[in-house]
Amino acid sequence: MGSDLNVMIGGEAGQGVQSLGFILAKSLARGGYHVFADQDYESRIRGGHNFFRVRVSDRQIAALTEEVDILIAMNKESLDLHLGKLMEDGVAIFDEEATKDYGPARGLFGLPLERLARERAGDRLMSNSVALGAALGLVRYGLEILDKVLAEHFKGEVAQANILAARAGYDYIREKFKGNFNKQFRSLGQAKRMLLNGNEALALGAVAAGCKFVAAYPMTPATTILEYLAGKAEETGMVVVQPEDEIAAINMIIGAAFAGARAMTCTSGGGFCLMVEGLGLAGITETPVVIVNSQRSGPGIGLPTRTEQGDLEFVLHAAHGEFPRAVLAPATVEDVFYLTAKAFNLAEKYQTPVIILTDQYIGSSYATVERFDLSKITIERGQLLSEDEAARLGQYKRYQFTESGVSPRALPLYKNTLVVADSDEHNEEGHPIEDAETRTKMMLKRLRKLEGIRREIGQPRFYGSPQAELTLVGWGSTYGALKEAVDMLQAQQIGANLLHLNELWPFPAEAVSSVLGKSRQSLAVENNATGQLARLIRRETGLKVSGTILKFDGRPFSPAGIVREAKKEVVHGKAG
Amino acid sequence: MVKLADYAGGQTAWCPGCGNFGILTAVKKALTELGLEPYQVLLVSGIGQAGKLPHYTRGNVLNVLHGRTLPAAIGAKLANPELIVLAIGGDGDGYGEGGNHFIHSMRRNHDLTYIVHNNQVYALTKGQASPTSDQGFVSKTTPGGASTPLNPLSLAVACNVGLVARSFAGDNEHLSQMIKIGIQHRGFALIDVLQPCVSFNHVNTFAWYRQRVYKLGDGYDSTDRMAAFQKAQEWGDGIPIGVVYQKERPTFEEHVAALKKGPLVKQKLDPGICNKLLDEFL
Repeated sequence: MGSDLNVMIGGEAGQGVQSLGFILAKSLARGGYHVFADQDYESRIRGGHNFFRVRVSDRQIAALTEEVDILIAMNKESLDLHLGKLMEDGVAIFDEEATKDYGPARGLFGLPLERLARERAGDRLMSNSVALGAALGLVRYGLEILDKVLAEHFKGEVAQANILAARAGYDYIREKFKGNFNKQFRSLGQAKRMLLNGNEALALGAVAAGCKFVAAYPMTPATTILEYLAGKAEETGMVVVQPEDEIAAINMIIGAAFAGARAMTCTSGGGFCLMVEGLGLAGITETPVVIVNSQRSGPGIGLPTRTEQGDLEFVLHAAHGEFPRAVLAPATVEDVFYLTAKAFNLAEKYQTPVIILTDQYIGSSYATVERFDLSKITIERGQLLSEDEAARLGQYKRYQFTESGVSPRALPLYKNTLVVADSDEHNEEGHPIEDAETRTKMMLKRLRKLEGIRREIGQPRFYGSPQAELTLVGWGSTYGALKEAVDMLQAQQIGANLLHLNELWPFPAEAVSSVLGKSRQSLAVENNATGQLARLIRRETGLKVSGTILKFDGRPFSPAGIVREAKKEVVHGKAG
Repeated sequence: MVKLADYAGGQTAWCPGCGNFGILTAVKKALTELGLEPYQVLLVSGIGQAGKLPHYTRGNVLNVLHGRTLPAAIGAKLANPELIVLAIGGDGDGYGEGGNHFIHSMRRNHDLTYIVHNNQVYALTKGQASPTSDQGFVSKTTPGGASTPLNPLSLAVACNVGLVARSFAGDNEHLSQMIKIGIQHRGFALIDVLQPCVSFNHVNTFAWYRQRVYKLGDGYDSTDRMAAFQKAQEWGDGIPIGVVYQKERPTFEEHVAALKKGPLVKQKLDPGICNKLLDEFL
């Protein structure tokens, strides 16, 4: 794994840490490297401490490391907090004139960042680009690609000034750096990969799936989905509404979906709480909607900008009463795109709500992925009738009893057809009823749809040797870290494999049983405090995992962190 | 040619003599007189006695949750602006549970007609005070008397609603006229209907209203916002009915670029639309 480059950029909110990190990631991705990057930020606009981590490799990666090769410290606090993470031959780049507490020492390389920015680019605010140029100088990447990325990211004179600033940093470090830093990352040639984060992938998945209506209330960490789609609304022919609250959001998408538009809302756990009533409405009215819950630490306001997998059981059971739903939890940025498109098909084919469960980590992490293959996206609208088809039915019944539980769906404004949908328990025509017989039949009709969805739920991912001693079990955004942890355990002569779920409900019980039934030791690895997947597995399969590795401090897992915890379990024999 | 009989619906479950019957008749009459066929109409309703209305006539129906009439109606209208959307609810439903939606739907000026059956009481749950109950109204949940009522007309004028009207369930001709004006108005139209509840409101009865309501005459300038505020405050011995405020302003739908190509429901779904966006991430 020595061919990786790990860079951390630290600074306070408002210092442009995110832009700097993104431009670095983009420049290296353009040169043919695989890149994975994540962001750690606080719930504030100015001040505090933020950092952005970029990992670069010549092979596919999907997690961050704990140690870094290059630390770009935009303030003293970044050195205070992160200098300890520097690898043995690592280098910390910082402004030697602004941060005088750190004298010359091994690994420290001070540049006059602000002075160079002022002198060479005419603006001290360009010090970010000086640092960026210096970092690329250290790995001898050249400036050609960076110049292009800066020209795209900034406009006109500002772009030019940033280019000059980067050049200043690059030249300075090439001339003055005499230390021992051996990693070289020259451009591998033009790459065709995309660099994007999970929220962008989700928005693109919705666009590809033909989503035409989005109503959502801003809430970290889901907001950027709404912002991206609003920005592209004209181009994509989408109506994007920011309503008064999350309750309005879900009821708006129910109205839009009832009228025939593919519709979605996106929020985080707290907003999802407000939507729960509407979720049930979608269930009983059999309205196809897609709801994104990008999880953050809870309960209450929790840690607003930090990650968690605490809402699994919540989304499985949210709303009173019983109705079918599907829950998808994408594993990677690429997975986010394809599963979002799938969510719209499931929603319409089974006329029921589908929940996409992501989190802050996957939503704001950037990854290089092969350009999404749009030929893989199909639009399946199930039993949605055209105006003519509906007319041919004669007497139309919105909730006609069928074997599959799915009733033919007409839309309002079809001549000769009236569509009546009701939140009260209703008869086939959609009018309210009180009698026990119709109630029972209608409940069973709705619940039968679950069997159809079950047949469409994808199998869990399995990675590693089936004969391995230890099985790690996870779901959602932890996939990248878990997969790498398996490789690291193998490299340390500890046989391990991975069972990972990204389509959680209806639960793929058979596939999980067949792996766990043969496993000698199994550890559920989850970003929550109580092991929600472990409980779900027990409930659905009767099998008990032998232990858990749980993390609920708002931070994502690192592969090394998982390995450390897994080894404790194995060494102490607790896993057995 | 559409006939009143085309709007004949199912058996009602309202109390005999309920003010809702007058509203139901007026809705049917207004739609018929405007020459609208049931298939062109979407009736969205909340929960409460008022919410049952769509089931007692014919049209497309989306009966949603208590208080959520407006957002559901807005979603449907945005998906297909060719639909004639009537949102129907009660005072508890729309002014209480749905209060936030009420304010912001008016502010944004969605193109729909909102008919509120305002009987100043929770009838479906058997007689508790509502947001519009008169001050001092005694009910099982307000034994000491209800607090200051919400004034929906003042609130609507404050939110710059393009059409603010009030009518009375006991005056069918006037009420259907107001509903017609509401449907024809481009933008949000509020029709607050004084609706006697024969079971739970023994104060604001048909007789009580008949003694007090008067029609706004030709001398009243409904485009004068300050005059509208003043008129909206009138309550007691004289209660004005009619168009209290009227002013056209751009609707929410007119602002939405995506709708310029026609209704969303008529657009072809094509993953290829994503091609250019994908390239932006390369």
